[in-house]
Amino acid sequence: MMDLLDLLIGAGFWAATLRIACPLILGTLGELICERAGVLNLGIEGIMSFGAMAGWMWVFQGGDLWTGLLFAAMTGALFGLLHSVLVVHLGLSQHVSGIGITMLASALGFFIFRMLLPASSTPPKITPFQPVQIPLLSDLPFLGEALFRHTPATYCILLSVPVVMYLLYRTPLGLAIRMAGENPMAVEAQGINVLTIRTLAVMTGSALMAMAGAYLTMSAFDAFYFGMINGRGWICIALVIFASWRPGRALLGALLFAGLDALQVRAQQLGISVIPYQFFLMLPYIISIAALILMSGKARYPQALLAPFRRGERN
Amino acid sequence: MRLEARENTPLWLILLAPALAVLAALVLASGLIVWTGEPVLKAYGFLFNGAFGSRFALSETLARATPLMLTGLAAAVAFRARFWNIGGEGQLYCGALAATWLGTGLVDLSPALMIPLLFLAGALAGGLALLVPVLLKTRLKVDEVVTTLLLNFVILLFVNYLLEGPLKDPMSLGWPQAAPIIDNGLLPKLLPRTRLHAGFIVALVSATLVWLLMRYTVWGYEIRAVGLNPQAAAFAGIHINWTVLRVALLSGGLAGFAGITEVAGLKGYLTLDLSPGFGYAGIAVAMLANLHPLGVIASAIFLAGIYVGADSMSRGVNIPTYIADIIVATSVLAVLVSLMLTHYRVRLR
Amino acid sequence: MAILRLEGISKRFGSLLANDAISLSLERGEVLALLGENGAGKTTLMNILFGHYLADSGSIEVDGQALAPGATSAAIAAGIGMVHQHFTLAENLSVLDNIMLGTESLFAWRSNRRQARRRLLELAGRFAMQVVPDRMVADLSVGERQRVEILKVLFHDARILILDEPTAVLTPQEVEQLFATLSSMVEDGLSIIFISHKLHEILSISDRVVVLRRGAVVAETATADADRHSLAEMMVGRKVTRPTVQHLPPGDVVLEFDRVGVHARHGGGIALAELNLRVHANEIIGLAGVAGNGQLSLGKLLSGLLTPDSGRLKFCGTALQHFSPRRFIELGIGRIPEDRQVTGVVGDMNVWENAISEKLREVPFWRMRWLIDFKACRAYTRKLLEQFDVRCRSMEIPAKQLSGGNMQKLILARTLENKPKFIFANQPVRGLDEGAIAAVHENLLAAKRAGAGILLVSEDLDELFALADRIAVIYQGRISDSLAVQDLNFRDIGVMMAGDLGHARNLTADAPA
Repeated sequence: MMDLLDLLIGAGFWAATLRIACPLILGTLGELICERAGVLNLGIEGIMSFGAMAGWMWVFQGGDLWTGLLFAAMTGALFGLLHSVLVVHLGLSQHVSGIGITMLASALGFFIFRMLLPASSTPPKITPFQPVQIPLLSDLPFLGEALFRHTPATYCILLSVPVVMYLLYRTPLGLAIRMAGENPMAVEAQGINVLTIRTLAVMTGSALMAMAGAYLTMSAFDAFYFGMINGRGWICIALVIFASWRPGRALLGALLFAGLDALQVRAQQLGISVIPYQFFLMLPYIISIAALILMSGKARYPQALLAPFRRGERN
Repeated sequence: MRLEARENTPLWLILLAPALAVLAALVLASGLIVWTGEPVLKAYGFLFNGAFGSRFALSETLARATPLMLTGLAAAVAFRARFWNIGGEGQLYCGALAATWLGTGLVDLSPALMIPLLFLAGALAGGLALLVPVLLKTRLKVDEVVTTLLLNFVILLFVNYLLEGPLKDPMSLGWPQAAPIIDNGLLPKLLPRTRLHAGFIVALVSATLVWLLMRYTVWGYEIRAVGLNPQAAAFAGIHINWTVLRVALLSGGLAGFAGITEVAGLKGYLTLDLSPGFGYAGIAVAMLANLHPLGVIASAIFLAGIYVGADSMSRGVNIPTYIADIIVATSVLAVLVSLMLTHYRVRLR
Repeated sequence: MAILRLEGISKRFGSLLANDAISLSLERGEVLALLGENGAGKTTLMNILFGHYLADSGSIEVDGQALAPGATSAAIAAGIGMVHQHFTLAENLSVLDNIMLGTESLFAWRSNRRQARRRLLELAGRFAMQVVPDRMVADLSVGERQRVEILKVLFHDARILILDEPTAVLTPQEVEQLFATLSSMVEDGLSIIFISHKLHEILSISDRVVVLRRGAVVAETATADADRHSLAEMMVGRKVTRPTVQHLPPGDVVLEFDRVGVHARHGGGIALAELNLRVHANEIIGLAGVAGNGQLSLGKLLSGLLTPDSGRLKFCGTALQHFSPRRFIELGIGRIPEDRQVTGVVGDMNVWENAISEKLREVPFWRMRWLIDFKACRAYTRKLLEQFDVRCRSMEIPAKQLSGGNMQKLILARTLENKPKFIFANQPVRGLDEGAIAAVHENLLAAKRAGAGILLVSEDLDELFALADRIAVIYQGRISDSLAVQDLNFRDIGVMMAGDLGHARNLTADAPA
């Protein structure tokens, strides 16, 4: 028990929490934007995987980190476009299209990686984003290590939360996106094209998902390996419901989840476990399911989620 | 662009749709093959030969098709009722665990009794694995997509733990694998000197039984009604929750069967890599078959051919084996479009 | 000077000619009523005007300027505003959010909510409408939601207002309030197109009436020169004869509500309290009431989808213990659902599969308790289709391809074939044309003559007065006493629908002993 408290007081723990939370935050925000517009995007796992590969490969081939992130975002947007064409414009099953895209994006990512880098015993690395030293703030006790010695990518992701909040709640476009997910007829009745809005939302959300994946290979770690996403995409889907589709709550949920994950990692490292390590690894998934159970009864789903919109079909 | 509903859809069009989708996928994938620098037709030749070109190749393909048929059936049955069971992978491993628990020495019966017992146990284990998600859905309205997905990870980690711990075979020289299934529990081989085993027959029979069930029984009618319009089904007196529960048990049971065929038929013992994603591939199988139980047989064999052929192809030409997954995934997306075209005509404005 | 002019508008959907060279004009400050039955083409025409659909031919001029076709944004910019029949509001968003949508450019960086809020309150005050901008639409009543819809349109500076069946969900008193608002808008210079099939409303609010039938303009008249009969005739094209009720002496009680109460369910209906009602054999009890006063909960209760939380529901004398649709079907309770496409049929299943949907768990439709007997099913369906005149190409087509009238006849057929002792008919003729309505009513009356007791829920007072022996009113989950239809008139019903359920007692007190 004392060991556990020691853990929580250590600044390193909180720093790790933030690092672990970042891909979850961005991935959840991405999925949140899609679902707010009324589209379920089960392609998140694959898009994150491809984004992780794309950003990393860009840097490996000589590009710089920031353009690498942008490149990853673009690939995500392309997969988002594919999903939109299938489910928004053609009205096909959002579940199946999403799963198909996850399979495609993952496999395509691995294929391209293997094509450009034949198998070798030592995985190739890049120089990822380095932690920045913010004058004055980085030297604060506790807070310094916990909050102010992160990579620029981390800060960008944290900034994205208020940006997305502003977008959704304080701009006309955000209102249109939210409406598209609640009552698309209302959007159409104002002369705004629902299909365009939804496509835009899905592409943006997918771009964020890809960047979330790229964060893993360009900031948290420095190499790409198969299966590194490891279900994070699915956890984001659970987190969106847990957050009741609100960006602020998404941040909290991701932090909470990451905290528990970091706890589990530290606990393993310190040998606190009398329980085999596999059970610790199970915790994230079990907690996600628990979070879902908690929120499902009260969740206020976007009313038009999963319902394709067909012009000219009156209710 | 507008979609105009067709008044009726001829059967040949419905059968043609998946075939066209597959063709489209192969054409798109050939673009990637061009990138690798290898000749496309030669590569596909290797693929086809590796899948169907010899007695051995065919046996490998059919052996690989066995679990795919079962997980495909699992997905098809569930999706018909609009129960999105993405947990086929985990349910498969549950079945395999059941076989390992019972079949490695705990019980010893004659093969005529042992084998059905293993299948029964596998089905029960697979069905139980879905019990929590389905109850969460019917009682608490928790979405089953995420719960079944996340459970896969939990179950796999659990199997990992068991294989490194309690179930570890002391005679396996350190590899994490379980003790072998006793001889009486092993599924007999169908063709000597191949890996094709009786599980294939079990899969064929299962597909036929599921087809009969869906078409000729009241239960099949109820499953279809619940999947197509749950409100009208409830109004007409169909018990939604019971129907979904039974569908889930059937679906999980079929996936559990797949675990048995792999453990007691193909490999003989449980390892962590028993299933290279059969559960997920089963979804592709189901989609390509348009959720039709008999169609699952064909699409499972096709998918198995792609995977087996890709392995063989990677030995002949320098193309990463991921091309198989790419072809399958593209087929799934393409079949969504082609199936839609069987119901709608596209009118360009 | 005409502020709006439509010239030769035609629109075809496949084989259906929805609008046939329609020409009409709207004067400034005028209230024009567009009258026609369901399917006459009124809504299609307005959708073309508003830019949702593109006309095949014809032109539209607003204030002398040609209007770009097929573009809702152009219509809004030209000052046309439409209040749709089915509300286009997002429940999970606030009133202000709903109204602000589309008022600012999508490329704007910032939403000016403060200004919008001020403008909204000012508009509401101008037309004497109450509104709280930050309330969630989910918390508003139906009448309040309609007010939000109207404010939405005014917010966009509409000069031409199109109202599509606006009174479907209002009590007679709320209708008066709406008309008062419309009058003040007209004084302010707005012009209004009022779509309805309710003759008495058209007579009271409009200046001119254009009648549509089967997609074409068949008549145009000043309202002052018309009356209910002439309008009805113009609308239908022949003398309207709906079957009229013959009162029979009531038999035994078939269904009795004994202080039945139901709690409000999350996402499905308000609470029902202390329901006391008796339905006898050979009798039709009409239940009037504005939508949203408990009909949803009542519908679920009588379909077997809800269990009452208090009181007892008795069928033919015995209290019901087990509430499930299957049990109700077994007992012989007939149910005609409110929404035939959502609840009544499985659209993707074919006609015979829907015809036997309630009987599938009976011999001879199944063998050995789980195999379907296809021959028996098809034979039964054939008999049903013939007996109830359901027209369809074949039994094997998907049910969603049936016309509204035939779909409803199918549902009626499978319900009435069982000779149920009690029938719950929930809005049975909604959305049907006159021919289908007459057929449905005939069937219900025949069932009544054969001994059934029927509870008929309807929003159409004309229908209730024509069919029912007694009428009761539902309001906020309570049901009034039922009164013989001879002792009632529209005004009394209106009073009760607006909340004064006790008015029924006043009437019986006044009635001669």
